[in-house]
Amino acid sequence: MCGIAGVLNFDDAGADPDLLRRMIQTVRHRGPDDCGIHIDRNVGLAHARLSIIDLACGHQPMPNEDRSLWITFNGEIFNYLELREDLIRKGHRFATHSDTEVILHHYEEKGEDCVKDFNGQWAFAIWDSKNQKLFLSRDRLAVRPLFYTTCNGVFLFASEIKSLLRHPGVSREVDRVGLDQVFTFWFTLPPRTIFRGIQELPAGHSMTVQNGCIKSQRYWQLDYSPASEIRKIGRREEQEYSEQLLDLLVDATRIRLRADVPVGAYLSGGLDSGIITAIVRRFTNTPLKAFSVTFDDPEFNEAPYQEEVSRFLGTERHEIRCSYDDIGQVFPRVIWQTEKPILRTAPSPFFILSRLVREQGYKVVLTGEGSDEILGGYDIFKETKIRRFWGVQPDSQVRPLLLKRLYPYLPILQEQPPEYLKAFFHVNEEDLSNPFFSHLPRWMLTSRIKVLFSDDVKDELRSENCYTELEANLPEDYYRWDSFCRAQYLEAMFLLPGYILSSQGDRMAMAHSVEGRFPFLDHRVVQLAASIPPNLKMKVLNEKYILKRCAEHLIPRSVEKRPKQPYRAPEGKSFFSNGRGRDYVEAALAPAQIRKTGLFRPAAVQKLVDKFRRGLAIGIKDNMALAGVLSTQLMVDQFIEHLMW
Amino acid sequence: MREELRRFIIDNFLFGVEDSQFSDDDSFLEKGLIDSTGVLELVAFIEEQYGIRFQDDEIIPENLDSVNKLIQFLNKKLVPAA
Repeated sequence: MCGIAGVLNFDDAGADPDLLRRMIQTVRHRGPDDCGIHIDRNVGLAHARLSIIDLACGHQPMPNEDRSLWITFNGEIFNYLELREDLIRKGHRFATHSDTEVILHHYEEKGEDCVKDFNGQWAFAIWDSKNQKLFLSRDRLAVRPLFYTTCNGVFLFASEIKSLLRHPGVSREVDRVGLDQVFTFWFTLPPRTIFRGIQELPAGHSMTVQNGCIKSQRYWQLDYSPASEIRKIGRREEQEYSEQLLDLLVDATRIRLRADVPVGAYLSGGLDSGIITAIVRRFTNTPLKAFSVTFDDPEFNEAPYQEEVSRFLGTERHEIRCSYDDIGQVFPRVIWQTEKPILRTAPSPFFILSRLVREQGYKVVLTGEGSDEILGGYDIFKETKIRRFWGVQPDSQVRPLLLKRLYPYLPILQEQPPEYLKAFFHVNEEDLSNPFFSHLPRWMLTSRIKVLFSDDVKDELRSENCYTELEANLPEDYYRWDSFCRAQYLEAMFLLPGYILSSQGDRMAMAHSVEGRFPFLDHRVVQLAASIPPNLKMKVLNEKYILKRCAEHLIPRSVEKRPKQPYRAPEGKSFFSNGRGRDYVEAALAPAQIRKTGLFRPAAVQKLVDKFRRGLAIGIKDNMALAGVLSTQLMVDQFIEHLMW
Repeated sequence: MREELRRFIIDNFLFGVEDSQFSDDDSFLEKGLIDSTGVLELVAFIEEQYGIRFQDDEIIPENLDSVNKLIQFLNKKLVPAA
């Protein structure tokens, strides 16, 4: 895992080495082991390396044999050994044992289509000097980041936005439509980012910059068409799916252990990370150290389960305990890494955890990320099913009782009187045909915090509708899928890359030079999961049913059977105690600062702050509002008003 | 009482933003004024402010979902038992 950056001057002026040095220096946390720059007249590539494979020979930017191709690459191609053998058979000669060189040779062989054969997580740029073409690509689920912009006749790209801001001509402005999207969906819709004029390459896309033209195109799409119907499934078919899934997971995990440094694992105490750890222990000879985060607050703490899995699998485990204070303390640094507003504090413990991993001498960790999206684990899928079931007979008094089965880990929601649960998770006829049926309650709740937007922002957004932009991003077949598959698509293709893998994943791990690897996001696993009928992913209301079948005998029964506990972290209490906010919180939310930023109403933010000072803020909405406003203010301060470098 | 209730709704759920117009008959839920947990805040406020206790079966939209419904409910509740 590494940091990459580069420039291409459209007017043929020579690439500026100082700019490249500044850009790559800005992301040295992603790659502290080595650094390199290559300039070919108007094109410059830069690389900051975290050495994981072929430690001695993997220096980048790397050329091919005749030096007509140069690459700067962040990520891993896990099937590089198989591709390498195949390429050698075809006559390619290799100078290193790195996966980076495999990309170059495979590009020579197949051109832009080479990416279709890669199994991995990548963001790279290849300068093809013979064709005077810059070719950029990002992996299927956008595990690795890739941002770009143009300014004053220069095309710039980088792993992180802050690198692009090192060019003095790149404007530093909040994209207010992006802000509207974050305050609705929790993510911006790619290629849009929270910075006006700065884009990200969407998941499963490649891009070329040639003859002054920038073109991006999709090379992979998540397709639920084969599965999108409920049908009766016999025991035998169920068994087959379960075996196929386990076989693929074992292979996905096995190739993700390829590294010339030791590999660790995050152990949350849940099913997903438990299965991955169990696979490493049972099916490979790799020694494994596990890392966990625990919380002072028992509402969030999963330590007993972590201990149980660890004991069951005989894995050495290190843990770091997070207090409210820890979370509040690191929050500004977390925002420096996320480079976008966030509506919860959940990335903070991951920031703290990656520090522990690095301190223990590890650079690579396996995690269970992605399982909930692709195998139907989240409560939103259950919620969708219950609301659909109820919507068939809206007057039923019995059907909505199932709503009590939702979110058992949210005590505040469990205290809700039934009539209110019904009102909140309402289903009306109009909703049933809405393409976003599954996510309407969540997005409507989140949208309510937009009451805090300033008049100026509201005026600018008056003609905007973020649902229209989302619809434009959907595949045609989406409308033919059932509501469960649609919900899965929204989670897997938008929330996963736009929040989970970025703000909670890549950016938090790379803050301390740690690479995350995700066996559940092996595209073969993702495609198999997409082809499994929804009623097998969630059997009645039993989430991740087919995965649980795989897990039998692999992890402790109590963990397999435990109610779903999604990862969460404490919110408001991390920022306020004894009637006062932390110093930076009070400063960022002070009326003068809010006025200066111009995005929110000072008086309204004061009301919100008062509510927290008095300890009266208990609801999800208030906590999202606080995290959202605070992170936006910190982002503006760090990236727009002052540059922190 | 009407003004007190409106003030609480505006301050607590709309962060004091007055221009989010709502009438005394508007449903808090339909207007998106109260989220799924907000009703508990509303109940706590009323219990403290007016010295009454809600029974579980009284926490229903029929009693709590608009300013007028609240007033009607409170008027009933606050009448001393005969």
